Amino acid sequence: MSKVKETCTIVSQEQIGTGIFSMWLQTKEIAAQAVPGQFVSVYTRNGSKLLPRPISICEIDREQGRLRLVYRVTGKGTGTEEFSGLHAKVTLEVMGPLGNGFPLKEAEGKKVFLMGGGIGIPPMLQLAKEINGEKMAVLGYRDELFLNTEFEKYADVYLATEDGSAGTKGNVMDAIRENGLKADVIFACGPKPMLRAIKAYALENGIECWISMEERMACGIGACLGCVCQSKEVDEHSNVHNKRVCKDGPVFKCTEVEL
Amino acid sequence: MSNVKVTLAGVELKNPVMTASGTFGSGAEYSEFVDLNRLGAVVTKGVANVPWPGNPTPRIAEVTGGMLNAIGLQNPGIDTFCKRDIPFLKQYDTKIIVNVCGKTVEDYCEVVERLGDEPVDLLELNVSCPNVKEGCIAFGQNPYALEDITKEVKKYAKQPLIIKLSPNVTDITEMARAAESGGADIVSLINTLTGMKIDINRRTFAIANKTGGMSGPAVKPIAVRMVYQVANAISLPIIGMGGIATAEDALEFLMAGATAVSVGTANFFNPYTTVEVAEGIEKFLDDRGIADIHEIIGCVK
Repeated sequence: MSKVKETCTIVSQEQIGTGIFSMWLQTKEIAAQAVPGQFVSVYTRNGSKLLPRPISICEIDREQGRLRLVYRVTGKGTGTEEFSGLHAKVTLEVMGPLGNGFPLKEAEGKKVFLMGGGIGIPPMLQLAKEINGEKMAVLGYRDELFLNTEFEKYADVYLATEDGSAGTKGNVMDAIRENGLKADVIFACGPKPMLRAIKAYALENGIECWISMEERMACGIGACLGCVCQSKEVDEHSNVHNKRVCKDGPVFKCTEVEL
Repeated sequence: MSNVKVTLAGVELKNPVMTASGTFGSGAEYSEFVDLNRLGAVVTKGVANVPWPGNPTPRIAEVTGGMLNAIGLQNPGIDTFCKRDIPFLKQYDTKIIVNVCGKTVEDYCEVVERLGDEPVDLLELNVSCPNVKEGCIAFGQNPYALEDITKEVKKYAKQPLIIKLSPNVTDITEMARAAESGGADIVSLINTLTGMKIDINRRTFAIANKTGGMSGPAVKPIAVRMVYQVANAISLPIIGMGGIATAEDALEFLMAGATAVSVGTANFFNPYTTVEVAEGIEKFLDDRGIADIHEIIGCVK
């Protein structure tokens, strides 16, 4: 598996929620190589914004060589705001696929929770498509829903909203409890407090659990050591208690990392 | 074909393009994008006598035309470095320059002595990292301390010694002279400029270390000015860096007086930059019928 930087063409761009956009990209090589849980680095067209934006892969169409990115616009004048204004046929520089991805085999034939919180939900969609097991997608939102109906094709869907407007009032952990759900394996992506709670739950109940982490990045390929997270043991590459989110992750076994 | 070979303290580089320490690891990651055989040299991430964990995150923030970093010189320590990184680089036909960091003079000497028997071509003393509390820039902002550490390390160094200068000083020529009188063989400049970014929504610093070193295209005019000043102040060869993203940028440094150039932050937004710069310099010379790169080194007076 090798990573490349290539010029991709936007196939479609659609707003699917408040500040949430869905973009399909035509790639030359990246889609064919990509696996669920990996991400790409997307470069802005503004020369004064140097660093690529790491964005998780929401869907992979290997046949047509396309990738779907679902991302949140993080503010005025940001790179993601620029992306959201680009239409079909416009090109973007993209590097990928980056990172390791989720270990699909660990869920083979098992009961598995796919837990996503906020903008951590998109990478769970391709995962839901590819896992061969009994899938329960547990999705947590602040208020407004997005992508939830798309999960219904591949998994039983359980929702949690902070304001109680849909599904369980509260977070993904509340949704598990309220619905009396049980799993053998957990795959999760979302904000750190959520991952922390999921890790604690997994350890208490002896459930195998993998989480996808996020950190500010520069190079995206493991060279600059900008995006490290704390590892439980001394990491083989860094020789200290640091793992690179971009290269050693973003997916880690929950017991590997300190949250 | 124009000659693009340059010599630094007796070490001949096939071209003047190298990597800037800390932006290229030890080359393994970028070797998936560029052929390291095409580079004049690879300058490694700083290495200390023992592993360093570096700073807490966030370590990175983007600023207009550049970025701030405060990695804090995370490194695996000299043992792992010698076992893993040097053999990796030895597979390639490029020169190996090891960036050395430390908290005390003894730390630097220990690493430099250890590297004496390794197939390393040049040593670069990192006395200019702004992101660690002890060592490093403490030596690089005081001309007496800089001269002393240079003298001391020279006693242990088997390879020629590069002193990497900090731009966070009132007069960089004073520091360059101190390095020269301490016995340095080469100077490299500039390291990053200390900067700060505030996250107004979280009402805190964008970087956990509060300050970070600024790099990227926005710092280039400052770097070119400093290379020019140093070139006119001392007689040692200079490795110029600071915001180089294209061959044209690199040529500015060469004309200002640098014998070689380093590509740093640009690797992050274009992983092919190093080779593109090397090819672009060659093309510039060929197109103008300039037979030897030395005709343009320091050509602006």
